[in-house]
Amino acid sequence: MKTKNLILFPLISSFFLVFLVSIWKILATLQGLDIQNFNLQIIFIFGLLISFAHLRVGNKIKIFYKSIIFSLIFVICDGYIIQKLPLWYNIGIFLVLYFFVNKINKYSFEDLKQEHSTQVIFFDFLTLFGILFFSFVILFPFYMMLITSFKTQIALLVNPLDFSINFGQDLKDLFNSYFVIFKSYKFGKYILTSTIVSVGTVIITLLFAIPAAYAIARLNFFGKTFMSTSILIIYMFPAIVLVIPLYTIFSQLGLRNSIEGLLIVYTATTLPVAIYMLQGYFKSIPKELEEAAILDKLSWFGIISKIIIPLSIPAISSVALYVFMIAWNEFLFSLMFLDNPNSFTLSRAIQYLSGDAETPRQYLMAGSVIVTLPVLFIFVYFEKYLVSGLTAGSVKG
Amino acid sequence: MKDTLANTEKKTAYILTLPAVALVFAIILFPIFANVWISFKEVELKDIRIPEPRAKKIVKSISEDPSKIKILYKLRNSSLLQEIRDVSFQDKFPKNFEIEELDTRCDYKKYTLKCKFGNWPAKYRENFTVVFETNDGSIINKKVLKSTKPKLDGTSDNILLNATFTLKNFKKVLFDDEFIDLLLTTFYYTFFGTVGSIIFGILTAQMVNQKFYGRTFMRSVLLFPYVAPVVALAYTWELLLDPNSGTLNSLLINYQVIETPINLLGQKYITINILGFDFKLRLALTTVIMFEIWRYFPLAFLFILARLQAIPKELYEAADVDGASPFQKFFKITLPQITAVISILFMIRFIWNFNKFEDVFLLTGGASGTRTLPINVYQQGFAVSDIGMGSAVSIVIVVLLLLFMFFYFKLLGKRVDEN
Repeated sequence: MKTKNLILFPLISSFFLVFLVSIWKILATLQGLDIQNFNLQIIFIFGLLISFAHLRVGNKIKIFYKSIIFSLIFVICDGYIIQKLPLWYNIGIFLVLYFFVNKINKYSFEDLKQEHSTQVIFFDFLTLFGILFFSFVILFPFYMMLITSFKTQIALLVNPLDFSINFGQDLKDLFNSYFVIFKSYKFGKYILTSTIVSVGTVIITLLFAIPAAYAIARLNFFGKTFMSTSILIIYMFPAIVLVIPLYTIFSQLGLRNSIEGLLIVYTATTLPVAIYMLQGYFKSIPKELEEAAILDKLSWFGIISKIIIPLSIPAISSVALYVFMIAWNEFLFSLMFLDNPNSFTLSRAIQYLSGDAETPRQYLMAGSVIVTLPVLFIFVYFEKYLVSGLTAGSVKG
Repeated sequence: MKDTLANTEKKTAYILTLPAVALVFAIILFPIFANVWISFKEVELKDIRIPEPRAKKIVKSISEDPSKIKILYKLRNSSLLQEIRDVSFQDKFPKNFEIEELDTRCDYKKYTLKCKFGNWPAKYRENFTVVFETNDGSIINKKVLKSTKPKLDGTSDNILLNATFTLKNFKKVLFDDEFIDLLLTTFYYTFFGTVGSIIFGILTAQMVNQKFYGRTFMRSVLLFPYVAPVVALAYTWELLLDPNSGTLNSLLINYQVIETPINLLGQKYITINILGFDFKLRLALTTVIMFEIWRYFPLAFLFILARLQAIPKELYEAADVDGASPFQKFFKITLPQITAVISILFMIRFIWNFNKFEDVFLLTGGASGTRTLPINVYQQGFAVSDIGMGSAVSIVIVVLLLLFMFFYFKLLGKRVDEN
């Protein structure tokens, strides 16, 4: 048992070290460094040596000194193998190693004697690995989007691996892509259209959804259960099935290429989920308040506007944020209904831009950054309200 | 008394729900029925514009006589395909206007010119002129004349509304040579996308359920792909995977993993040699599935995380006392607790992935073996511009979905019974 653990622990930790160093090397390559070889075997052997040394030394040396000594040895050897690398690269390697030694320090020689200790270690390292891996895989495309928008066409073609930004240049050169898409591609107008459509959808959806949700949550009427169950079924219904009939009807009514047309469709598609979320919240408001209001001879309009709405501001604002995000991100209907560049939304405009093979990619990425930023900003800023709504299934996709 | 109260309650409820119900009915339910209707018709994109009689009014002053004026109407049938019947025409003029000579088809009464032009065949054009004179000799202001516009009216057949039906569209869709391939592609895309996103969801939820520094930040980061606009993400991926100067290919070449760049989104098959056997992998489809997993695992992650956090801690504590290993804890405690969530997730994601259009459309446009059913709806309807065919394909989608739901619930119901 013990020997098995003794063999497996260094192996697992070395794999983890290889992974850590590889990520750092990839990131360094993307800053324009010429690294062509990971030297995986050497790092692996180093990982084994460090783990054994750690087990051997134990707590005889203070952890701080131990980490620094191990890391320095590694950095010097690594620097000897791949020469001519800048200082910041070596500092990075040092920090990675420092982190690694601190991590393996949790497991002492004594721990390895326990049952299941390899599995515990395996899971611990798997979690760490997962955190780093998923952060990298998820954030990398966003990072690439942002950096590419600051580069020039030539720089991108000469070295597609160089993701460094030259902050020494003029701000005007740095933000050149943004200036161009606003000036030559009318992105200001598209932002305005997208904003009008999204905010308009939010307002109309709330106007329709609040009364309906109130009725479903509180009042007794024939067809109530039917209505509340059909909300969810309608929500599951695919948008692609609606596209052709809506296209023909809208063409005949002259609603294509118009903001009104988009508003109608977006409102209809977001209504079910808005009603579903709101009625759930309305049900949690104590009934006594309304009963008092009924005694005061308040009409339903009064009840909704004076009691229900003020009490459910958090729910209403989270629904509003969701509807805004759905309308802002929507692509299918804007693709189908808009073919006149004057009425494009942002998503449609970016797709239109990409249709021209000669559009430089940094413009495309600048547009993508513009369309992504508001949504991510809203999401991160209001995360607390939004996450609970996501589990209620509010964003379809 | 009570009865009337209940009645007013009912009435209020109907008033409150009516706008929402009406809108959802008009925009979501009605189109579904319309789809069935259209799918039995031979309609092309160009047929759906209703033919209109149109007139362009041109005012021309007659030299030497300011009290006279000539008005030219350029009349035409807007449709290149259909005739318009019983075209009527109407235009108003100032009160001191008198007409010089009257076309036989027209009538001038109460300062209104009314004409009946009869039937206009497709592509019909005519230049129709009238000359007016003021009865008091005053000078004519051209701007006043330009401000009124003629009204034209006519009846024409709306191809969508007539009662000729055909099964041609469905025959074409179902007996097409590529139909089986289309179904398989859609199935692969849906199934592997769903399973992949659930597996990644379980892994990440398990990960975030542990305590570590920066956990809340990690939770928001994991949701980024799900909330960001698909357009931006798809083009970023396209750039990342580009064979000529994409980052991924450049990296792999730089590290000498591959020698020539791989066109991950444009190559239909790639041959992989495993143990001496050659396997053909559908490369572009795999890449698109990867994108789908990347973009939608956050939903699975959130659902499973919410469930994980609700599992009572005592279960794990008891397992620790019994000396269970982490693997045993995962398979004996965690997994049984999240199966219900997973089965719901599987259904939701399966349905949504089955209908996914934007992702594939933006990444490959349906080329190199990634044509799924929703892409086919678009291609038939708008690229081939056969609206009827597009509708028929979407009806096939709906039927398949209903079948899936039916069997899924039957299976699920059985399992619930067994438990």
